[in-house]
Amino acid sequence: MLSTALYVTLALVVMALLMNLYRLTIGPSLPDRVLALDTMYVNSIALIVLLGLWLNSKTYFESALLIAMLGFISTVAVCKYILRGDIIE
Amino acid sequence: MSVIVEALISLLLIAGGIFVFIGSLGMAHLRDFYMRLHGPTKATTLGIGCMLIASMLYFWSVDGKPDIQELLITLFLFITAPVSAHLLAKSGLHLRLKHADKTQGKPVELRPEEVGDKPVPHPDKGHG
Repeated sequence: MLSTALYVTLALVVMALLMNLYRLTIGPSLPDRVLALDTMYVNSIALIVLLGLWLNSKTYFESALLIAMLGFISTVAVCKYILRGDIIE
Repeated sequence: MSVIVEALISLLLIAGGIFVFIGSLGMAHLRDFYMRLHGPTKATTLGIGCMLIASMLYFWSVDGKPDIQELLITLFLFITAPVSAHLLAKSGLHLRLKHADKTQGKPVELRPEEVGDKPVPHPDKGHG
């Protein structure tokens, strides 16, 4: 039961990543692309969690935490650049 | 692992996958940046929370002791998602992106001193 659920969830997350890639490619404006990248790192955290469930190891959760922090900081930096033309004033 | 715990973990995993999929579907499909902002900021955050709780339950039932690492990731994502959504909405309003007719709260409804092209001078001029 668990392995079937794992495969279904993996398929759903991969399809979500493909749709994020579509929006990142055609996105008509800059905030659309930033939003697509933001969603892509959240979905990559989901993939890492599913990989940890699949391999039955907890090694990869530190990398998930690292991706969460760095993704948030990069989104905030790009938004500050769009808003103010500068990141650290 | 008992059958009930396994069913609960499977249910949380599939619910998380469906929420993540719906969030990305909304972002790929809707017409307007301000509409597209809704999908990833709400549905994707809930989905990733479901998946992380499922992972925490799985390792709790395998190892026999709870682990706080996944809860930390969940908490961090739940704190940071509204902040990044707020900043993205502000940058969309700043760039004056096109919006559909149904979208409420247009940039022209802001206060007049926040609309102009020129930057508003700061009232505190005490730099000299």
